[in-house]
Amino acid sequence: MTTQTILPVNTESLKEISLQNNEPAWLTELRLEALELAGQLELPRLEKTRLDRWNTQSYGAYQATNVIDSLENLPMSVQGLVKDENLEGSLIVQHNSGVVYTHLSSELAKQGVIFMDLHTAATEHGDLVKSYLHKAIEKGENAITALHAALWNGGVFLYVPKNVEVTLPLQAIFLTDKETATFAPHILIIADTNSSVTYVDNYVSGEIEGNVVHNGSVEVFVKAGAKVRYATVHQFGNEVTDLSYRRAVVENDGAIEWIVGEMNDGNAMSDTSSILKGNGSSTDAKVIAVGSGAQKLNYTTRAQHFGKNTPSQMITRAVLREQSTAIINGITKIEHGASKADGQQTEKVLMLSPKARGDANPILLIDEDDVTAGHAASVGQVNPEQVYYLMSRGISRTEAEALIIYGFLAPVVSQIPLEGLRTQLQALVERKLGR
Amino acid sequence: MTTNFVIEGLKASIEGKEILKGINLEMKGGEIHAIMGPNGTGKSTLASALMGHPKYEVTAGSVLLDNEEVLEMAVDERARAGLFLGMQYPSEISGVTNSDFLRSAINARREEGSEISLIRFIRQMEAKMKDLDMNPEFLHRYLNEGFSGGEKKRNEILQMMMLDPKIVILDEIDSGLDIDALKIVANGVNAMRSEDRGFLIITHYQRLLDYIKPDFVHVMMQGRIVKSGGPELAHRLEAEGYDWVKEELGIEDETVGQ
Ligand SMILES: Nc1ncnc2c1ncn2[C@@H]1O[C@H](COP(=O)(O)OP(=O)(O)OP(=O)(O)O)[C@@H](O)[C@H]1O
Ligand SMILES: [Mg+2]
Repeated sequence: MTTQTILPVNTESLKEISLQNNEPAWLTELRLEALELAGQLELPRLEKTRLDRWNTQSYGAYQATNVIDSLENLPMSVQGLVKDENLEGSLIVQHNSGVVYTHLSSELAKQGVIFMDLHTAATEHGDLVKSYLHKAIEKGENAITALHAALWNGGVFLYVPKNVEVTLPLQAIFLTDKETATFAPHILIIADTNSSVTYVDNYVSGEIEGNVVHNGSVEVFVKAGAKVRYATVHQFGNEVTDLSYRRAVVENDGAIEWIVGEMNDGNAMSDTSSILKGNGSSTDAKVIAVGSGAQKLNYTTRAQHFGKNTPSQMITRAVLREQSTAIINGITKIEHGASKADGQQTEKVLMLSPKARGDANPILLIDEDDVTAGHAASVGQVNPEQVYYLMSRGISRTEAEALIIYGFLAPVVSQIPLEGLRTQLQALVERKLGR
Repeated sequence: MTTNFVIEGLKASIEGKEILKGINLEMKGGEIHAIMGPNGTGKSTLASALMGHPKYEVTAGSVLLDNEEVLEMAVDERARAGLFLGMQYPSEISGVTNSDFLRSAINARREEGSEISLIRFIRQMEAKMKDLDMNPEFLHRYLNEGFSGGEKKRNEILQMMMLDPKIVILDEIDSGLDIDALKIVANGVNAMRSEDRGFLIITHYQRLLDYIKPDFVHVMMQGRIVKSGGPELAHRLEAEGYDWVKEELGIEDETVGQ
């Protein structure tokens, strides 16, 4: 199964774009190396998913964007996503190939927090960006990560200095609405020693005549004792193929928390992983997903334990309607020497139609004796006995099914610590369920 | 008009096997009927068929609640028409809290726009829970999930009290209850007795009927009501078992059989 990746851009024009954007030489170099790799590497092989049959080619071309000065100049669809509490807060908006709006609250700026698009950061904070970019997700992993490293645009750079605790969430919004424009944001977060931060982002699409590939990467570096909460909601329309890698590297006593809402209408692949490098580091990942139509979905959560005393917790719950198909993978890997590690994972799929297909694959790979680990997985239909019980109290079938579906997602949704996000997810779930 | 509930010639099968072989029973508001009978004789099947459980296929008969054909209604319509079944084995539903569930059930009986207010609902619910000696914490627990046998039964009675049905069917509501709980549940039922509410109580034991005094007692065997009488019938069954009934009627195997 060798499928030659058709490169959306040649070396000359990639170099040209990089120069036009005044990127430092090391970055131009990095992009060119990545492009060469992209020509040699294959698509990743995913469990029971033929990525080569998806639309993974519609990258369009880089298109420069104009910065806007006020949020009112944003498309309405995006304005609705700006969290109220964020109006005075910190927000970055990317529209197609570039960031168009950046705001960092003056209070955070004073504390030394850096929050800007990654392009600008590559120039203004070159050393920092250079030493972390593509270090969690390497460009040479596969054709997707290589293409991403060659093409990424806009994006977010967030740096939280030592001991700084950011209380209000920082937000970013990524909008694609032009099929001819490359859309490949890269998010790079560094939480320095004993700092803490919450970052929330939304991925949306507008009206598109054609197809778009979102090839996105998120890299989070959690330093000793730091805490990062990363929440993301993907709600692209069916014209968008979503290819998303998210990875955190966590040092001693650091903690990463992932909250992921997979609410797209198109095909989607995501891989959310935590590398527990340091002793006492921990990860907690919560994923909720709803599939509908003819969507093909492949979602993976991973925890890789190197440090001692490292707990990992991963939960995915997916509801599938119509003919949608979802492959849910959970991979807990405990390396030799990671004694007292504790890896727990649960994947559950609820199918609402006989044509929906779900698959849950929990995998434990353990190379150390002194550990605890557990997994639970289930795939099933709505239980007719439960529907009967609810109906026997006068509740209509539709309402009964809704209660059961929300009940299925509730153990995850109710644990989401940000109220605005919880409400938004509930609304999206309802929309995806066609209610 | 007082409630009127008439079952006529009700037959039902499961997976092609006929279990109910023609049930006739008439109940009025204010009356309490008890159904007794050995294991596997069709008591729960009768309750399920009346409520409309999807597994049971009704093949003949009619069931009229105040002259309306119940058998033509969907399960939820039957409930809204006034039927309530306290089940022998209530379902557990994860993620749905007891209070969300009951509020949906109450609002399903109300017009859109006139839903019960949260405050009023909580107050009502807490009052009834107090009557049933239930910890208010059960409001926020997931529906029946991890409830003990007795807690599930109390929760069924709580639902009955909140939903104010016309015909109440209780299937072995006494099983799994300790003696104190039995009294509490019986008090709950007695408090609900009224001229326009009828009860059909399925039980194996006279003990429950000491607390909830029936007007009529029926014995089920082989998917039929084979004998009916007053409260003294239950006493005799408690004392002597079912052999004399079988002998009297010439029944060898009382179960539904083939
Ligand atoms: N789902 C089913 N599949 C097959 N047979 C069934 C099913 N449900 C009930 N039956 C059979 O129907 C008969 C009557 O069962 P039912 O539960 O109505 O008895 P019951 O009188 O309530 O007994 P018990 O006193 O033990 O509760 C039994 O023989 C039982 O095995
Ligand atoms: Mg029974």
